[in-house]
Amino acid sequence: MTLALAVAVAALALLPLGYIAWYCVDLGWAGIRELVLRPRVGELLWNTVRLVAGTVLVCAVLGLGAAWLVERTSVPGRRVWHVLLVAPLAVPAFVNSYAWVSLLPGLDTYAGALLVVSLSYFPFVYLPLAAAFRGLDPALEETARGLGLSTWSVFLRVQLPQLRVALLGGSLLVALHLLAEFGALQMLRYPTFTTAIYDQYRATFNGPGATMLAGVLVVLCLVLLLAEIRLRGHRGYARAGRGAPRPVRPVRLGRLTPPALGGLAVLVGLSLVVPLGSLGYWVARGAGAALDGAALLTTTGTTLALAAVAAALTTAMALPTGWLAVRARGRVSTLLERSTYVGSSVPGIVVGLALVTLSIRATPWLYQTVPVLLVAYAILFLPRAIVTVRSAVEQSPALYDDVAASLGASAPARLRRVTLPLLAPGIGAGAALVFLAVVTELTATLLLAPTGTTTLATAFWSASSALDYGAAAPYAVVMVLLSAPATVLLSRDARRGLTP
Amino acid sequence: MSSLTVTGLTKAFGATPVLRGVDLHVPTGTLTALLGPSGCGKTTLLRLVAGFDDPDSGTVAVGDRVVAGGPGRGVPARRRGIGFVPQEGGLFPHLTVAGNIGFGLPRHERRDGGRIRSLLEIVGLDAALAARSPHQLSGGQQQRVALARALAPAPSLVLLDEPFSSLDAALREETRAAVATALDATGATAVLVTHDQAEALSMADQVAVLREGRLVQLTDPQTLYRSPQDLDVATFVGEAVVLTADLRAGTAHCALGPVPVDGAPADGPARVLLRPEQLRLSAPGPVPGELLALVGAVDFYGHDARVGLTLPDGTAVTARLDGADLPAAGAQVAVTVRGSALAFPTSVGTGQPTSVPA
Repeated sequence: MTLALAVAVAALALLPLGYIAWYCVDLGWAGIRELVLRPRVGELLWNTVRLVAGTVLVCAVLGLGAAWLVERTSVPGRRVWHVLLVAPLAVPAFVNSYAWVSLLPGLDTYAGALLVVSLSYFPFVYLPLAAAFRGLDPALEETARGLGLSTWSVFLRVQLPQLRVALLGGSLLVALHLLAEFGALQMLRYPTFTTAIYDQYRATFNGPGATMLAGVLVVLCLVLLLAEIRLRGHRGYARAGRGAPRPVRPVRLGRLTPPALGGLAVLVGLSLVVPLGSLGYWVARGAGAALDGAALLTTTGTTLALAAVAAALTTAMALPTGWLAVRARGRVSTLLERSTYVGSSVPGIVVGLALVTLSIRATPWLYQTVPVLLVAYAILFLPRAIVTVRSAVEQSPALYDDVAASLGASAPARLRRVTLPLLAPGIGAGAALVFLAVVTELTATLLLAPTGTTTLATAFWSASSALDYGAAAPYAVVMVLLSAPATVLLSRDARRGLTP
Repeated sequence: MSSLTVTGLTKAFGATPVLRGVDLHVPTGTLTALLGPSGCGKTTLLRLVAGFDDPDSGTVAVGDRVVAGGPGRGVPARRRGIGFVPQEGGLFPHLTVAGNIGFGLPRHERRDGGRIRSLLEIVGLDAALAARSPHQLSGGQQQRVALARALAPAPSLVLLDEPFSSLDAALREETRAAVATALDATGATAVLVTHDQAEALSMADQVAVLREGRLVQLTDPQTLYRSPQDLDVATFVGEAVVLTADLRAGTAHCALGPVPVDGAPADGPARVLLRPEQLRLSAPGPVPGELLALVGAVDFYGHDARVGLTLPDGTAVTARLDGADLPAAGAQVAVTVRGSALAFPTSVGTGQPTSVPA
């Protein structure tokens, strides 16, 4: 029963991927070659690859430097800096992009795109690295110092090798997110696969061209995901489990303190103060003229309702998979769990495209309805729910079930009186994560939302696409406010990744 | 309360056999200890009896009712009426003490404060604990609440899975006594799994020794200690002095001199078993034929002490003495044997005793 449900969930999660694969087979090799091997695809590939490579590099340097300063040096106000360095995650990338481009319209270049997405994504590297630094055993550094190594050599020869897994994991996360990024890059008019798929979809509705571009994008994602799964398979010594046995003696910065503070200030200024300031500026400018309070309220209501239903649905779907992953460990349950991760690594634009086409062909009565949109949310955000449900199940061993049975409780009674109360906190946390992700989801919503249904993200998008920055700002402010709690969750559980 | 009868029970996990045909009878109202080293299958046996797992073959009967291995499907755990006390208590963390104890009661009785109070009283706990959460209790209190919870629905049988192993020494004694009293007071039939032989010998009416998935010996504690089935059981249930000997006309001639042997063993080479407390030490005097030994290490425990001795032929043995009058290390002492020895064939390990146990 549970197994059947988990299989159904995995099958649903793999639906978009399966659609792309089926389409490719259907098209045949000649068709694929004709559509994929052309200069336009090469151009997009080059754009995508150089943006991903550049962003990963910038994020790695920023994340590493910031994590080292905050966790290992005497820089003043380390706790405050930690929160400020995680806070950019509360600003969705497409809002950040809007904030910059509305102030500096000249940012629609490679350098501009690199700057904006790096500022949005560097916390993905900073967070695991900060946790890894915290988990390093200071005894190793002291030993190295005792052997006569300088601070720089200690970092290079002792710390960096131990941070490798955290650094690579964070970088892969940045790359995967960037491959799926649509809003920020469209706003910057930087053409990559996602924006090209969207434009094709807009122009020809469902040309094979868009689907083939999606196919190439999916292949890129799968390569990265495979790397991530392998990396997590043996994350070994970088785990921050034990914690430091005694407080670390921070590196004295001395005369270097002002430059270090300056660097952190610039980073926080660019990644947090500029977008928030820009939002404030546009809210102030638009306040007199165009703020439609009623529309904002309705849109917020719609978004919250959608997010609540999606959170409930996704968490319910996560239950069988998360349960089996703990209670029936084995190849089948691992395969089912991984399937949902693989399915969710598909960018939102591809999920949207696949569901549009499938619903038109197979279930026309469902096309452009809320259920399809909810399915898209579930596919995209299942891992967030599964990860939390799974750890909750790990907290409630099968023993409780046995004891309850020996006391005469039937299976439904055990579920109601023991299992659900024990899982409730984990289920709640998973639902909250999904809820917050849905609130700022843009891409799939753009493609799948029924006509007339606007969410905060799509309302913001249509206003800012029309260059009506003042009208867009209030929606962005509400999204940032709603995302803030997720940021708090993330800054606590720093090791959360795509796969647990 | 009912008796428990297990016949020919087998269970394998994959290709690994865990139980290889176990027969066990627990009479009504008695406490049986399942004793064995870890990995001998005792917890598996308990889970099969409780109904958490199904046996490969064999039957489990509570009273006259076959609950597993009979015709048709086994009775599910929740219909067996068997109480279960897991290793660390296993109290539901989301319920209070009262909620835990009342879990197995019918709905209308759960709110009956008097019922909960009387159950707390049976296990020797203060009624004021009823509103506490499990994490606010000590380990021993958690175990007692777990027992009260298991006793609440008046089960026909109570199973206890190493309930005292996670407690420290002082608390263990106290909890053991409270549990024994509670089981006595309710007249419960109980099976206690343990790897601690002192616990098994002191608490149980009968002890079942399990080894490699087989029941080796089922008897009362005194018989088990005095007439173990074989040398393995002998050394497992207590400290032992095992010596090679030559049997002649009911007397074993060994490193300790001539020692009378129980029963009527055949003459010839054998191994004999003595318990360390059977060795008596005294100051060497001018007695002819006296056996002298050299005192090695003296481990002092307060109430008694263990003294290592080297016999004239170089054999090392251990004596257990009360703590009042101890020899010094390096001293010469005279050794005498109190009581008789038990003889086993020389084939090492699992042979049958040559004597007929009394």
